[in-house]
Parts: sequence; C-alpha cells; structure tokens
Amino acid sequence: MFKSVDVFATLRPVLSPLPSRERARVRGGVRNGIGRVSSSISPLTPTLPCRPRSRLHALAAPAAARMRAETPPTPRKGRGGSWLVASALFLIAGIGFAEPNIKNLGRPATPAEIKAWDIDVRPDFAGLPKGSGTVARGQEVWESKCENCHGAFGESNEVFTPVIGHTTKDDIRTGHVAALRSDTVPQRTTLMKLSELSVLWDYINRAMPWNAPKSLSTDDVYAVVAYVLNLGGVVPNDYVLSDKNMQATQNQLPNRNGKTREHGLWELGGKPDVQGSTCMTNCAPKVTISSRLPDFARNAHGDISAQNRLLGGLRGVDTLRPAPTEFVPLAARVSKGATGSTSTATTAVDPAKLAAQHACLTCHGIANKIVGPALIDVHKKYAAQKSDAAKLLVVRIKSGGSGAWGSIPMPAQDHVPDADIRAIAEWIAAGKFQ
Amino acid sequence: MSTEFTFARDMSRLGRLQRAPEFFLTRDALTLPRDDRRSFLRKAFLAASAATIAGTSARAFAANETANETAGDPAILNLLAHSKGLGQPVAARPYGLPSKYEENLQRRESPGLTRVGAASVSFAPLQGFFGIITPSGLHFERHHQGWWDIDPSQHRFMINGLVANPKVYTMDDLLRMPSVSRMHFLECGANTGMEWGNVAVPTVQYTHGMLSCCEFTGVPLKWLLDDCGIDMKKAKFILAEGADGSSMTRTINLANALDDVVVAYGMNGEMLRPENGYPLRLVVPGVQGVSWVKYLRRIEVGDMPYATKDETLHYVDLMPDGQHRQYSSIQEVKSVITSPSGGQVLLDKGFFNVTGIAWSGRGKIRKVDVSVDGGKSWKVARLETPILDKCLTRFNIDWTWDGGDAILMSRATDSTGQVQATITEMRKVRGSKSIYHNNAIQSWLVSANGEVSNVQVG
Ligand code: HEC
Ligand code: HEC
Repeated sequence: MFKSVDVFATLRPVLSPLPSRERARVRGGVRNGIGRVSSSISPLTPTLPCRPRSRLHALAAPAAARMRAETPPTPRKGRGGSWLVASALFLIAGIGFAEPNIKNLGRPATPAEIKAWDIDVRPDFAGLPKGSGTVARGQEVWESKCENCHGAFGESNEVFTPVIGHTTKDDIRTGHVAALRSDTVPQRTTLMKLSELSVLWDYINRAMPWNAPKSLSTDDVYAVVAYVLNLGGVVPNDYVLSDKNMQATQNQLPNRNGKTREHGLWELGGKPDVQGSTCMTNCAPKVTISSRLPDFARNAHGDISAQNRLLGGLRGVDTLRPAPTEFVPLAARVSKGATGSTSTATTAVDPAKLAAQHACLTCHGIANKIVGPALIDVHKKYAAQKSDAAKLLVVRIKSGGSGAWGSIPMPAQDHVPDADIRAIAEWIAAGKFQ
Repeated sequence: MSTEFTFARDMSRLGRLQRAPEFFLTRDALTLPRDDRRSFLRKAFLAASAATIAGTSARAFAANETANETAGDPAILNLLAHSKGLGQPVAARPYGLPSKYEENLQRRESPGLTRVGAASVSFAPLQGFFGIITPSGLHFERHHQGWWDIDPSQHRFMINGLVANPKVYTMDDLLRMPSVSRMHFLECGANTGMEWGNVAVPTVQYTHGMLSCCEFTGVPLKWLLDDCGIDMKKAKFILAEGADGSSMTRTINLANALDDVVVAYGMNGEMLRPENGYPLRLVVPGVQGVSWVKYLRRIEVGDMPYATKDETLHYVDLMPDGQHRQYSSIQEVKSVITSPSGGQVLLDKGFFNVTGIAWSGRGKIRKVDVSVDGGKSWKVARLETPILDKCLTRFNIDWTWDGGDAILMSRATDSTGQVQATITEMRKVRGSKSIYHNNAIQSWLVSANGEVSNVQVG
C-alpha cells in the first residue's frame, strides 16, 4: 500500500534541495505530519505501538493544497524516531501547514466509561457479568415484560416472528434443527436459528423489552433467558442459569452446529459461489415465465399510479382498475395521470396518518392490542362519555401513564403538537377507523 | 412472444409535437382553456378533449391543428399565471422542498412485510431517480427499534478493546479532524429478499428499494484506530455498536475496517439525516447496510467475531442443507432496470430510454448488458460517469417498443469479473430460503397492453 516516491515530487517545488539524509527525515516527517503535525509534541507519540504513515499519490496540483487533501495518516508497522517527526514539524510549520491534530483530539476513556458502555458478550462469554436466575423468576419477568409482544409461550406473530417453536429433542442431540431442511415451517423461530447462547443474553440485555431497553437487572436477564430456553424445551423447570453454566447450556442448543462460514461473502476477496453467463446471442432457445403476481394482488401495494412521476413516456399503472385487455391510447392515461395526483394533495389531515406519524400505531393496533390497548377498545371504553370523550382522551394522550389497561405505562406524548393530538383524539372518540 | 426489437436510436419523434403530446398536455393545459375567452381556441381544445374522453388519441389534436395557422398549444398561446405574476421571495422555504408535482415519489412500506413500524423498512422510489445519488429525504430506512434525533452535543464515540489508549471523541473532535468524502451505495442484505421463492411485489421500489447511494463525509476509521494505538498483532475483528435502544452491533473484519471504512457524519453535503443515524454512522463500503451501524457510539477491537443478534438470528442466509451462512456481508454484483419497470405503463409505441443502475460490493462496474427478449440476446448498455468503487453506476440503452410483448433484463459484470446470475442459477446453489443476498437478474415483462410487470423467467 505504501507509496513513498511521490513525497519528493510534491515537496520539491517548496523545499530547496536536501541531502539524502535530510530527505529521509522529510519523508518520515510527512508521514507523521499531515493532519497530525503537533502529534509529535504529544507525550503519547513515542509509546504508540503503531505509527501513522501517509499514502501519497502522484500529485500535480500546488503542493500545499494537494498534500492537505491526500496525505491521510494511516497505520504502519515501521519504526520512526520522534526526531524525524520533530524535524518534519519544523519544516512543515515553516511552509505554512497548520493541520488539525488528531492526537490532541479526543481524550482517554475512563474505566468507568468503558464499563458503562462495553456491555457486549462474546460467544466465549467474555464480557458476561456474574449473576443467576431461575426459570420461575424468568416466568414472572416474561409475563410482566415480554408476553405482551411475544405471546405467553413465545409463539406470537403479532409484533415479530415467534421466539419459540419447531425444535425437537433430537435437534438438541444433533445440534442441527431438522425443520430448517424442510418446507413445513413457514417462519423460522428464534430458537431454530440460535447457535450462540451469548447472543440471547446479550440481545435481551441490550435491547429488550423493546419499548424499555436496558431496563432489566442482570439477574432478571439470566432468569428470562432461562425461561425462554425452558419454553423451548432446552432446560428443565427447576433450572438455574448462571455465568457458571452458560457453556454447559450452550452445549444443549438445538441449532448450535447450524452455522457455517464457508462462503465467499465475508472476507475481502472471498470467492463468489454463483457466476452468471456472458452469452450475448442465442442464449436461451425458449423463454418461459415461471412466476408473476396473481391478478388478485394487483392492488396489494395500493394505487401504483400514485407512486410514479407524472412526466415522461411512462406513468404508474392504475391498479385500482383491472388491467386493460388491449393497449389503451395514451391520452386517456395522460388526463387520468394529470388529475389523479392532485386529489391526494388536497385531502385534509388524515388522523390515521397522524397516528402513524407520531408512532402511536407502533404500540396501538386499530383492532389489536400491541403494547397499549387496541384503539377500538379505547373507543368503546370512552364511547359512554359521549361529548367529553375527545377532551378526556386529549388529556390522557398528553400525560400518558399506566393502570387503566395494565402495568405497562404509556409514555407522555406532550411532544406531539396539540392540533394533532386533538385530531387523533377526535378520531378515536368517533371510532370510525376506515 | 415478439423478439423483433431494434436498438436503433429513434429520437426524431421526440421533437415533434404530434408524436409525443404527453410532454405538453399538462394539467394546466387541460383545465385553463375552459376559462378562455378566445372561442376559436376553446373550440380547438374542446375538440381535443372530446377526443380524449372518447378514448381516441390526443395525437389528433396536434396533428390536425398544426395545419391551422391560428391553432396551437394553449400552454403556449395562453400565458399561464407564472408568466404573468410575481413569484415567491427568496427563503420562502428556508429549507427547500421538492415540487408539489413530485409528491408521488416517496418512501413507502411494503404492506404485510413487517408488523410494527419501528422495526420495519421503507423503500426508496428507485423508479423515479435519475443518475446515481439518492436524495437525502428519499434514502431508504431500516430501523430495528425506531429512530431518534439525537442531540449531537450529547453524543460520544468511544474506541476500546485491543488498543493501547482507549479514547472518547466528541462530535466536535471528529468534525475538527481531516475528513474524506466518498460516494458509495448502501444496500440492505435483504434487498430483493422477498423474491427468492417467487415474484412477490409489483415495482422496483419494493423489489430493489432497500438501496441508496450518497456521498458520505467523515474520518477514515483506520486513522482513529491508529490514534488509539490498535494492537495490530492481536486485532482481527472490530465490533461496531449503536447508541439507540437496539444498540445495533455488527462484527467487521479488520482487513475491511482498515481498508475503506469511514466514521461518517456527513451525507450529501449536510449532516446525516436522523433516520440515517444522525449524528454519526459507520460507512462500510460494499457491505450490507446493517453493518453501517447508525448512531455509532463505540468500536471495540477484538480477536474473534461477536455472533451478535443481527449476525446470528438475522442476516444469516439459510442454505438448502439447513445450515445458515453466518457473517455473509458483501453485496455482490447486481443491476436493475428502473425504467421501464414493474407497475409502469408505456404511453406510446416507439422510442424509450431503458435506464437502470448497477453496483458491486467487490469493486467497480465494468459492463452492463441489456436484453429485451427475456435473455435470448443481449446488447451492451452505455455506462454513465462517474464509475466508482462500490458505488451505483447509471446505465442507459435505446429501445423501440413495437407494441408486442417484451421482457427487459439487465446483467452487470464487475471489475473482479463476477457476472450477475439468473434467479434459476442462484437457486441452484443457494436454494430459495436464504432471504438475504439475492443479486439475481431482474426481469420486467412489457405486455401488449403497455403495462410492465414483475416476472421471473425460468
Ligand atoms: C413492545 C413489544 C416488545 C416487548 C415488550 C418485548 N419485545 Fe422482544 N422483540 C420485539 C420486537 C419488535 C423485536 C424485533 C426487533 C428487531 O427487529 O430487531 C423483538 C425481538 C426479540 C428477540 C429476538 C428475536 C429474533 O429472532 O431476533 C428476543 C429474544 C426478544 N425480543 C425477547 C424479549 C424479551 C425477553 C422481552 C421481555 C424482557 C421482550 N422481548 C419484550 C418486541 C417486544
Ligand atoms: C410505547 C408505547 C406507546 C406509544 C408510543 C403510545 N401509547 Fe398509548 N398507550 C400505551 C399503553 C401501554 C397504554 C395503556 C396505559 C394504561 O394502562 O393506562 C396506552 C393507552 C392509551 C390510551 C388510553 C388511555 C385510557 O385512559 O384508557 C390512548 C387514548 C392512547 N394510549 C393513545 C395514544 C396516542 C394517540 C399515541 C400517539 C400520540 C400513543 N397512545 C402512543 C402505549 C403507548
């Protein structure tokens, strides 16, 4: 990677001829210098295991400007005394470089800071904090904090693919989930794919519950991991999972042998496993269409005519109508296309859209409970209040809180503009969700 | 199926009014003349719109009327409001917006694909893009736990692990450093994943729209690793971690990390958009989007891969033998025709500019071939400049639609010599349940009714 030759070509117009030893100094200095000239002043510099080295390309433009742009500091394995840096500093400072100094930017991370953020747990369980949890405690955690979204048995499809299902005792023996080779399972569950126990621990610890990540205690993470494994038939009801038996538990995972790195999609320069043809003529004697969308799916993605530009030689297909049997003269389409778009532009605020935009619908389904109650159920509850319903809802939405529907609190929504909250509240109160 | 298509350039029609009325028969043209007092024009217009309503081509209007010296296009003869009034002042919109006539082109979700909006994806409207740069507001989105607009003064970036000096940088620190700006594509590993088994979605927005391409600005990661004194003897991998609720984590090979990975804050000349990781994200050229960790808070240098959630439970490619490929990362050579493409309808027979994009996570695009007969024969398309490493390349080729069936396909070759394969060739090796890394040739059927639809040929 390292190209040294160009340094001189660049510097020569600026620097007067130097004896060769001096050149070596310049070279070493420039490597260290650009972007980090005063790094040489830093007491850290001599102790670093690696030193920067610049990669200079053939340069034609005025030296100073080009060098600034093209001499990033990069790691190198070579050695260079700090005296080289010092002399370069002098030379470069002398010709007017004043570059930002990476060394003096940033500061050492304190042990407490590293501890606070370095939470990852590796497959060899490095990083795993000490602790333990029972399946029984795990069930309590699951039922209060996870079941809402993932279902009582981890089987729910409502917010995400199921956590549990389709693994067998035999899989635990082989370490390969047999269902992965069949076409009988529509969706892969978490447990079917889980090859490293560390990730179940790490992921729940860093990201779950989804709406309150990083809120579980260490012991509760152990407990709920134990419970998930218990739901999957991997550990018995009286199991206590701890930092001591993570590896032993890992050895029971149904898909622990289910991963391969034998492919060309990771390493730089990895070898591709599929190569296309370079044929240019007479490549396929017969062309048959093997798959297309069925007619009933024509508008499954809405009106495509409203998803295309209204200019050029093409328009979006009007998927709200059946496909024409023959070529439709362009003028009919042009007039439809031209007027079709503006009607959507002038529609009044759509409360359903507002609810989506303000993420209400992340937690509330219209007809189904997610984290919060279904909006239909909220409507029913408030229908009795008649005239005051919308007003009451505005207050509840703004302030959030818990207890009306369960223990999970709704976060206060006071960041949402009043007008939007009013529109959504009226929409819920009216109960017309089409 | 008709296979008689010529690639001869037929531009002559474009300049002739009567041949391409769709270029001037705007909405204004259809509505304004109703108020017009000059009766001869009104008559001309009414005749034309009557013809339109009757379903005959508006072509008749111009073709007949050009002989009549007093007739003409109302959009020319009747000065419109914008020619006769005063326009908006400067900074009326301090942050500019697209024309209201462009509002059809938006990021959209694919109904039924995911269950909740904060763990979902919105697709970029590739069918409407020109060139290679994705407008920032239309960059596709993929969030696992919602997006945030993080206060940059509160954001910190830490490097720890196998380094002599673990460090913390503020955004001020990072923006003061020397920077690089590079254009790269960003493609989700699951892009086109819905199509492994069969055709599942109608348009290029949904088949290929988990793809964007921007200019990113930031600090090469290797400068920072060097600054922290990376232990080159022991280090083999890095872990990148986000600051949001999901705290997304991904393992990256050290070779990649030292090659061209950038700790980026800039996108298309401004700061990253919140949906794209404001104020800091990793740019991992050529590698699937999930590794471009958003809200980047930490890099850990280590000596083994981390098997994180999104490289153990997701972003693993299921092979026919029941094994999952783990750490599949590189986005291989791929291309797609964006126009004409699925869900569009051709307004007329005659000349079309067939246009699309090609890219490879292994290097540059060397060549793109286009077929209009379902792969029986291919012609080499024109590549537009710039042609950059791990970046979209725009291609164009002339085509004349004769009104018959046609199947449009594009096939890219990259600088390593890898050629994009057909879906049949892909399935032979990888089955159809991989979800990820489907870089197969895309086929669009142009039917005799003018509609273009998504098909697979086998
Ligand atoms: C508010 C709904 C919600 C709650 C509550 C919730 N989760 Fe989740 N969980 C999700 C969503 C959504 C995902 C997928 C996130 C993504 O796309 O990356 C998920 C993913 C997971 C996964 C990974 C699944 C996979 O295959 O990738 C596990 C394991 C998990 N959750 C466990 C838990 C546990 C344990 C709890 C309780 C402590 C919990 N969840 C609470 C919504 C929830
Ligand atoms: C993070 C999840 C979450 C989000 C986001 C959320 N909610 Fe809720 N919401 C809940 C929960 C949980 C409850 C049940 C609270 C309780 O038991 O008192 C609830 C309750 C409600 C209620 C019923 C209050 C009552 O007194 O019965 C309404 C109305 C409501 N939410 C509207 C909204 C609206 C409107 C938004 C968006 C502006 C929104 N929610 C956003 C979780 C959420």
